[in-house]
Amino acid sequence: MSDLRVEYVLRLGDSALVLAQRTCAWVGHAAVMEEDVALANVALDLFGQAKLWLDYAGEIEGDGRDADAFAFARDSGAFYNLLLVEQPNGNFADTIVRGYFYDAWSALALKELTHSRDERIAAIAAKSAKETAYHLCRSEDWLLRLGDGTELSHERAQHAVNALWRFTGELFLGDDVDLQMTQAGIGFDPATLREPWLARVESALQTATLERPVEGWMQRGGKQGRHTEALGYLLAEMQVLPRSYAGATW
Amino acid sequence: MSKGWPLWEIFVRSENGLAHKHVGSLHAADAEMAVQNARDLYTRRNEGVSIWVVKSSDIVATDPSQSDELFAPSEDKAYRHATFYHVPEGVKNL
Repeated sequence: MSDLRVEYVLRLGDSALVLAQRTCAWVGHAAVMEEDVALANVALDLFGQAKLWLDYAGEIEGDGRDADAFAFARDSGAFYNLLLVEQPNGNFADTIVRGYFYDAWSALALKELTHSRDERIAAIAAKSAKETAYHLCRSEDWLLRLGDGTELSHERAQHAVNALWRFTGELFLGDDVDLQMTQAGIGFDPATLREPWLARVESALQTATLERPVEGWMQRGGKQGRHTEALGYLLAEMQVLPRSYAGATW
Repeated sequence: MSKGWPLWEIFVRSENGLAHKHVGSLHAADAEMAVQNARDLYTRRNEGVSIWVVKSSDIVATDPSQSDELFAPSEDKAYRHATFYHVPEGVKNL
C-alpha cells in the first residue's frame, strides 16, 4: 500500500514539475514583459506544488529521498507525469492550450484530493487548488483571446488543440494504482473527471470559436513511466547541473 | 505586440482600511488582462488585497508649467498643517 502511495504522489508531483520546467523556459522569451512575469509566476507555483508532493513521496518511502533527489536523480522511465505536460512549448498558442488542458484537469483533480483520507495529501491539494484556480482563469482567458482573436492566432490555437487532443485521454485513464488509492479513500477515480472536464473545455472551445477535435486514438503511458521522446531532452537540461556537480550549492 | 496595447495605471490597496496607492503601470489589451497582469506584476510578494486599474489616457493631470501657481502658494502656510495635535499612542495609519 505504501509503495503504491509513493507512486501515486510521485505522479502528482511529476506532472507539476515537468510542466513547471516547460513553462519556465518562456522566461525571457515571451512577447511582452507582463506575460513573461505571469508565466514565471505560474511556473513557480507549479515548482512549489511539485516540491510539496515530491518531499511527501520521500517521507512515505522512508529512504531519505527528498524532492531534489526525485527531480534530479531519476531517469525518464521513473517519471510518472502525464504525457500532456512534457509536450514541447511550441508557439505561444501551443503553450497556452497545453496549460489550459492541464489546468482544467488539475483544478478538478485537486478538488477531489482535498477530500483525501490522507491528511497531507488533502492539505497539499487545498493549498495548490487556489493557485491552480488562477492558472485556469488565465489560461482559459488566453484560449478565448487566441481562438477568437486574429486569423493567425485562431489558426495556431486550433492547430494546438488538434495536436494536443490525443494526450488528453490519459487524464481520465485509471490503472491499478488509481483503483487501489480510490478504494483506500486516498485518491480518486480519474474517469469521473472526464465529464466535468469535457463540459468546461467544450464550452470554452465553442466560445473561442474553436472546433473540438473528433475522438481518435489517445496516447497513454506517462503515468506508468513510458514517455514521449520530448521528456528525455527536458530532463537532460533540467538535471545536467546536479548530475555533473553532485551536491553543488549556491 | 505590446505597442498596440494601451497603458494602464495600477493602484494597490495593501491592507483593508488603507487607500489604494499608485504602484506603477503596465500594458494590457483590455481591463480584464490589466487586472491579471497587475496581479502578477505587483502583488506577487503579498503586497495587496485589492487592485484598481485605470487607463492611463483617462487620467487628467496637472500641467507641470503651472506648478508655481498651483503649488507654491501653500509653501509658507504652516498654520494649515495639523502639527499641534498629539497623536495617541498605537495609532498607526493616520
